Amino acid sequence: MSVSRILLGLLEPRSQHGYVLRRRYDEWFGNSRPLKSAQVYATLGRLDRDGLIDLTGVASGVGPDRRVYAITEAGVGELDRWLDEPEVPEVTASRRVLFAKVLIALSSGRPAEPMLDRQRQAHLARMREMRVQRQSGDLLGQLDADFEMYHLDADLKWIDGAVARLARLAALVSRVDNPQKESR
Amino acid sequence: MTLQGSNLALRFGRTVALDGADVTISPGEIVAVMGPSGSGKSTLLHVLAGILRPEHGEVRLDAQRIDNLPDSRRSKLRLRSFGFVLQFGDLVPELSLRENVALPLRLLGTPRAEARRRAAELLGHLAVAELADRRPGQVSGGEGQRAAVARALAHRPSVIFADEPTGALDSAAGEVVLDALTGLARQEGSAVVMVTHEARVAAYADRTVFLRDGRVAA
Ligand SMILES: Nc1ncnc2c1ncn2[C@@H]1O[C@H](COP(=O)(O)OP(=O)(O)OP(=O)(O)O)[C@@H](O)[C@H]1O
Ligand SMILES: [Mg+2]
Repeated sequence: MSVSRILLGLLEPRSQHGYVLRRRYDEWFGNSRPLKSAQVYATLGRLDRDGLIDLTGVASGVGPDRRVYAITEAGVGELDRWLDEPEVPEVTASRRVLFAKVLIALSSGRPAEPMLDRQRQAHLARMREMRVQRQSGDLLGQLDADFEMYHLDADLKWIDGAVARLARLAALVSRVDNPQKESR
Repeated sequence: MTLQGSNLALRFGRTVALDGADVTISPGEIVAVMGPSGSGKSTLLHVLAGILRPEHGEVRLDAQRIDNLPDSRRSKLRLRSFGFVLQFGDLVPELSLRENVALPLRLLGTPRAEARRRAAELLGHLAVAELADRRPGQVSGGEGQRAAVARALAHRPSVIFADEPTGALDSAAGEVVLDALTGLARQEGSAVVMVTHEARVAAYADRTVFLRDGRVAA
């Protein structure tokens, strides 16, 4: 799900070939699962079909797909929505998505701090629910709540650490985004 | 009573501790205050509690403006309307736990017998009744903190201020103190403003105010 939103975000600053998007994706998010090129083109096809990106031309030359895409207004709206809406705090899923949202926000020139502040509040709200469960539940319910609370706590510490490093992260992202200084 | 701080600003020399903080505590509400070290949490607590005066902004308890009251009237108001729990229980070392808990009531003119009865009742709720005659130096940190919670509740204040109330305790002892503080405050209708850097502690509150650079960020 978030692969398509990440590609949308990477496309926002300027129109791109699929293979440039894939390279950038793998550089930032591919650690655990690099993208296959078929997946990139299928995703771009879906985004095009949904009106979130537009085919703007075909570059000359050989090599991988030369189709060039640009984000549409609807695409910008969808990207805003995705970045603004806090993730439902989930034990396993949220870390990877939060990481992606921070980088996409910064690389597309949006502030990441308000987003992380909202996410912190969403996590704290879930933490309160778990505490109530912990207080009223039986022993199994308590252990279950404990498990989730410790994981939420780890996410919250990650959020604090990310906020503390936002300026450095923004500098890093803008360096990567500046083609002149990009090292190969 | 509703406690409201508006546009609060305070510097210490060149350090900006508060920079336009707004916060409203509704009657009986339990609010956690979080934020990075140095973001102004303790300063906010002290300003809301009338211990420090803000340079700008104002603090109101219902309709009454309290930040600009003369010192003597502010300390009277603090004694009557507020309770405090600090990180290292600031109990009076020469007094027994029972006398410590009864102290705010005695200062407010409650007859000795009634103050002792209320102190015993609260120490019972906090499961330290059998330690009532010991002095703070003769009990554990967690037990002392429970007595501090009892003292904060004794005179049924409108607002209890707690700055890292469990900061010196392990998590099991901390939970006992937090269960007692928030449980009894809810029962008795006292609001609580609680500074903490731990999300598990903030989870006892109804909501969390997050401070950054002396302002409410979220
Ligand atoms: N009495 C004082 N004199 C000078 N500076 C002070 C004083 N009290 C606080 N400060 C400064 O004001 C700022 C806010 O301090 P405050 O104690 O409110 O932070 P805090 O959020 O409670 O931090 P911590 O989590 O470390 O307790 C800090 O930069 C601190 O150094
Ligand atoms: Mg402090």
